[in-house]
Amino acid sequence: MAHGPKPGFTRWLYTTNHKDIGSMYLWFSFAMFLLGGCMALVIRAELFQPGLQIVQPGFFNQMTTMHGLIMVFGAVMPAFVGLANWMVPMMIGAPDMALPRMNNWSFWILPFAFAMLVSTLFMEGGAPDFGWTFYAPLSTEYAPPSVTFFIFAVHIMGASSIMGAINIVATILNMRAPGMTLMKMPLFVWTWLITAYLLIAVMPVLAGVVTMMLMDIHFGTSFFSAAGGGDPVLFQHVFWFFGHPEVYIMILPAFGIVSAIIPTFARKPLFGYSSMVYATASIAFLSFIVWAHHMFTVGMPIAGELFFMYATMLIAVPTGVKVFNWVTTMFRGSMTFETPMLFSIAFVILFTIGGFSGLMLAIAPADFQYHDTYFVVAHFHYVLVPGAIFSITAGVYYWLPKWTGNMYNESMGKVHFWLAFVGLNVTFFPMHFVGLAGMPRRIPDYALQFADFNQIASVGAFLFGAAQILFLFNVIRTVRGGKKATDEVWENPEGLEWSVPSPAPYHTFSTPPVVR
Amino acid sequence: MLMGIKRLFAFLTLATIAPGVLAQETAQNAEEGAARWGVNMTQGVTEVSRTTYDLHMLIFWICVAIGVVVFGVMFYSMWRHRKSKGYEAAQFHESTLVELAWTIVPTLILIGMAIPATKTLYDIYDTKEADLDIMITGYQWKWKYDYMGSDVSFFSNLSTPQSQINNQQPKAANYLLEVDEPLVVPINKKIRFLITANDVIHAWWVPDLAVKKDAIPGFVNESWTRIEEPGIYRGQCAELCGKDHGFMPIVVKAVPEDEYHSWLSDRAAAAARIKELTNKTFTFDELYARGEEIYKSACVACHQAKGEGIPGTFPAIAGSAIATGPMDAHMSMVVDGSPSNPAMQAFGAQLSEVDLAAVITYQRSAFGNNMGDTVQPIDVLNFKNK
Repeated sequence: MAHGPKPGFTRWLYTTNHKDIGSMYLWFSFAMFLLGGCMALVIRAELFQPGLQIVQPGFFNQMTTMHGLIMVFGAVMPAFVGLANWMVPMMIGAPDMALPRMNNWSFWILPFAFAMLVSTLFMEGGAPDFGWTFYAPLSTEYAPPSVTFFIFAVHIMGASSIMGAINIVATILNMRAPGMTLMKMPLFVWTWLITAYLLIAVMPVLAGVVTMMLMDIHFGTSFFSAAGGGDPVLFQHVFWFFGHPEVYIMILPAFGIVSAIIPTFARKPLFGYSSMVYATASIAFLSFIVWAHHMFTVGMPIAGELFFMYATMLIAVPTGVKVFNWVTTMFRGSMTFETPMLFSIAFVILFTIGGFSGLMLAIAPADFQYHDTYFVVAHFHYVLVPGAIFSITAGVYYWLPKWTGNMYNESMGKVHFWLAFVGLNVTFFPMHFVGLAGMPRRIPDYALQFADFNQIASVGAFLFGAAQILFLFNVIRTVRGGKKATDEVWENPEGLEWSVPSPAPYHTFSTPPVVR
Repeated sequence: MLMGIKRLFAFLTLATIAPGVLAQETAQNAEEGAARWGVNMTQGVTEVSRTTYDLHMLIFWICVAIGVVVFGVMFYSMWRHRKSKGYEAAQFHESTLVELAWTIVPTLILIGMAIPATKTLYDIYDTKEADLDIMITGYQWKWKYDYMGSDVSFFSNLSTPQSQINNQQPKAANYLLEVDEPLVVPINKKIRFLITANDVIHAWWVPDLAVKKDAIPGFVNESWTRIEEPGIYRGQCAELCGKDHGFMPIVVKAVPEDEYHSWLSDRAAAAARIKELTNKTFTFDELYARGEEIYKSACVACHQAKGEGIPGTFPAIAGSAIATGPMDAHMSMVVDGSPSNPAMQAFGAQLSEVDLAAVITYQRSAFGNNMGDTVQPIDVLNFKNK
């Protein structure tokens, strides 16, 4: 026991330690966040003014596609897996993940997948340019040759996610400390357990749909080509059967993080723990039966439209339960506003705004006007940026003292928050307006009436991007030193992770703790 | 935190007041084609578009009301229940009654929304008993309109010049929302659109008509409209369809019925005249000049202004083996499309024989190809019939 990490590079290459692997996931996802962010800035720079200024339409499409793919698969998902690696064993009193060697492998294939994906930018014909949703036949018959590399990269990412998910399920179900019953688990563990099941259910569907594309492109099948007896709409059904649960994969762990942070800084227990668990499970179930609300305009029969409209509207109920719970937890608490709390409160407010536009989009006849406009872009960025990104950021600030043993710089954290908060709203709020006024998404140039709001959005995007540099700086400074953190870090926070020293030793809970 | 509250109120105020106050302004400016600060959905010019707008506003206001309550409680707590003011935390949690209330009340609100939405959806889906059928086909990157039951059929291309897109000239009022030939339709008639595509998925969207339907290759979707006011209504392709997705606008010109009929017969006569030209023999210069115009609308998007193409994506015409090789192979490429690359469409059905002959002649002598030969419309017709 008590042997520390190996020195040198092989520590990271061969490690089976959940904390090392968690750190690698987090650093990797931050690198991808910056890369995907730079692509977003290329998009926003081009859209600063009407007319083509800095990129051509073909490259613009490559940017929107790569931005989406990198942010979804490279930034958000690995960041949550990184947080799960760090926190799930510590929260349930386990010494490590259940399958440590697989854990190493599921991380180390990711850099190769993304190296391959990014390398397509330098191939003849360019990178994938058909949107992150890669609708056939634009992504099959009409795709650039690099689509094959894209398919292979998606397969590897999928394998990584499935392995990560199996590992998390195995850990949570088998390695809880004695007394840690399911209904005593922290909500972050609960939401990740449910997310892991979603991943296991839908990542194979994604693998299936890209394999069908591969067959269509190289082996003469016609799954998605009407000329050969196939159906382009089939692609969308299969894709969104993966895609809708996927968006909850990117938000459920966020619910868990925020449900940990708000009670700590409100100094008051979470209002309804069990209803939060049930609401998460309901959202996960509903996520499987609403996929075609992304496809209201494909010409489904009216019975289909109505079913998917009603099912989608129903999601508002468990989501509402969650929001009401957070608000009631804050109500009559004794609040302080440290950086993690600021990000969490912004999460609740802005995610709710994203939820409102989601409810509007659920109304099929109104969706005919919203569909594929910037209103949709505004909607999903409001749920993903303050949703996934803000919650990950909040989680990093919240647990960083536990990871490093040092306190981060609070004032710099607050400045980061306010810049990000203002930047985010200046970027994405005007998109509601241009979307309603009629601007389609994924266009490199636009009519003059959309010029002013686009200009504002572009300014906001650069502000938001710049704010992240401050985050990087703050984290690096904290890793290197700073004011020592106490073991509890905050005032009476709940959870086993606070019972171990700060920084958390390389091996924790070699002897299971006692859970009351 | 105060800053946050102010900020949010600013947004909420903008979001709540703006649509009502600015809706009129938007409608006004839209007519001028240059609404600088459009913030809300158009009310449009059909019954369906107005119902859709009302539905949109109803849900919007419901969301605002919920937002005021939820955010109101939050901001009150953030203001009053803070440690710095010495507020002691209460320790209450779990209440079945409260949990039930905030499950049941939202469900009832949702049912209230679902009822009008369902009704509107039934209206939109009722494509029966139309007065007029128009087939709409999406191509990379233009629209084709076929007036069913007549010979009138044409392509509608973006007419904004490249020089405006590349910032060499000031942009016109309808920048990117103007076409060479609009879809002309009568007012107060139920028009059924049959929507499909030739290559990839497109989506035909005109906000003022509240019609948005995907154009899917191999399948035909239906939609309908009944326009109440004469006018020009502009829209765009709404589904990512490749490089020039942002450059395939839609312009609908709604006119009184008699005007529509005289337009339709003029258009049919013009088509007949073009057909007659098939038997005429043209000089090289006539074909070259006409071909240059056709090239600009039909070929330039992929093969580029100087015939240089886009390396790795679209082959060059300048110095290409086909444009400087045997005439039959060149005609085959243009008329039937490429057997290996679906992006090279079959233009045989898209252009008249005269236009095909002109553009082939142009390609063989432009961009330094210097073949100097001509092909006549009748040759193209014979090639097609072979």
